[in-house]
Amino acid sequence: MIENSWTPDQPLVSLNNVHKSFGDLEVLKGITLDVMKGEVICIIGPSGSGKSTLIRCINALNDIQAGSITVEGQEVHDPHLDKLELRKKVGMVFQQYNLFPHKTALENIMMAPLLVLKQSKDKVEERALTLIKKVRLEGKENSYPGELSGGQQQRVAIARSLAMNPDVMLFDEVTAALDPETVKEVLVTIKELAEDGMTCMLVTHEMGFAREVADHIYFTDRGVIVEHGPPATFFDQAQDPRTKEFLGQIL
Amino acid sequence: MISPNTIKSGKTDLPVLLPFKLHGATRTASDYWTEIISNKSFVIFILAVLSLWMLIDSAFAQVTGNPDQTLWDTIVKWTPLMMFGPKGEFGGFVLNIVVSFIAMGLGTFLGLWLGIGQVSPNNLIRRVSWVTTQLFRNSPWLVLLFYFMLLLPFRVELFGVDYDIPGWTKATFALSLPIMANVSEIVRGAIESIPTGQWESSESLAFSRSQTLWRIILPQCVKRMIPPWMNWYCILTMSTPLISILGVSDGMTLTQDALAAEGRSEYLIPMYLWLMSWFFAYSYPIAAWTRRLENKFVIGKGVL
Repeated sequence: MIENSWTPDQPLVSLNNVHKSFGDLEVLKGITLDVMKGEVICIIGPSGSGKSTLIRCINALNDIQAGSITVEGQEVHDPHLDKLELRKKVGMVFQQYNLFPHKTALENIMMAPLLVLKQSKDKVEERALTLIKKVRLEGKENSYPGELSGGQQQRVAIARSLAMNPDVMLFDEVTAALDPETVKEVLVTIKELAEDGMTCMLVTHEMGFAREVADHIYFTDRGVIVEHGPPATFFDQAQDPRTKEFLGQIL
Repeated sequence: MISPNTIKSGKTDLPVLLPFKLHGATRTASDYWTEIISNKSFVIFILAVLSLWMLIDSAFAQVTGNPDQTLWDTIVKWTPLMMFGPKGEFGGFVLNIVVSFIAMGLGTFLGLWLGIGQVSPNNLIRRVSWVTTQLFRNSPWLVLLFYFMLLLPFRVELFGVDYDIPGWTKATFALSLPIMANVSEIVRGAIESIPTGQWESSESLAFSRSQTLWRIILPQCVKRMIPPWMNWYCILTMSTPLISILGVSDGMTLTQDALAAEGRSEYLIPMYLWLMSWFFAYSYPIAAWTRRLENKFVIGKGVL
């Protein structure tokens, strides 16, 4: 075991020349990016450009074929990787919420700290109630996912991830399955998280939101990062023709 | 003529295609029992059994002259034996039910593990579980019964003491094997029907595989598994008379014995009908309950 010499002034998440294939189809063709602690980055790009695959590789839901991904200095692309240790540090929220339908909102939030972190029930419940409040779902503690709207379910899913006290949160198109009127409540929740200093990586189609909250925007197309930069530069002075075309279609 | 009143009340004598009524969606447990008792097919069946007796009995009474014992007397005489077996022994219809209970319990327990084995990430476990499942799912039950009656010893020695293994326990074990295989398929199917998102979100919350399986996936499977599981219980119960072929004193064997003792071939049909009605009375409520659960899980809140 190599001793971990990571310090907080180094990138929290670092991808270096990452290649990922599904069979013969290469979806990531050498992605390199760094995320510092407290930074919020947004990954945008056309459908099928490998955005979701990219962030799924970071918590080892997908494996990679070449390159390196480190989270707090720990190599993810390592056959001896302790996936469970990695996933305690990396929270993830999905497009389809994926709440546990047989558990109430509160139980959904409490399960992982109880079972995985083996924390005491009182402590976990107290924290879960704080998180419910944070995502503005007071009164819904005992509702089952089936009784909640899409936006409410997604906020429970965010709280469920936060309950593990992750160092970085991954958001995989979390508003893509929502009704337009509930998108905002979820985005507000994420924005507050970002303001609290949580390191966030978002795959999103919400350009206005990306511009508002992101410290850095990455535009991917066909498995490569075409262009990146701070939102102001990226949106107003895009250089690459592919970026310009994409932004032209979307904005 | 359609009056405004007709339109308001929705009543008409015109042929109308009524909306398909979704049975079971709002029914309660008491409705369920009411339905069973008032169910036409149930009542018709019992009436058919009774009238067939009487018809055959009176017909034969005329043919044979003045029988010293009527069908009714015969049934009263033999029912305790057919139901509970010979005095001091364990047998009869009650044994059929006991065998069905034990075989179902054992088959479910083994089938659960086999079904989990079928979705194991370990290639070897998966292959072995699959082959075992297919083997016992596609073997005739009677052949399995013969194998285990002959293969298993009838007597074992444990710590210097000899124990007889009664035939019915071997038969029960044999019957549990096809149940095991079918439960294995039910479990595999239910696990595979849970969306992959449930696995992924559990994984990303750092649940281990066994935590995911036992805490997240299987609890969601239970509802889906209960109706097919109950179905297999009914099939098993109906199959328990197979053990009579192997000399176990179940309800079927004892009915045969009673008929042999009486030597009245004209009572063959009503006596077997009498036995059959017990199985029917036992199984029908379970089948009806299964149907009710199936409806409940398809419609409304039951869907996960």
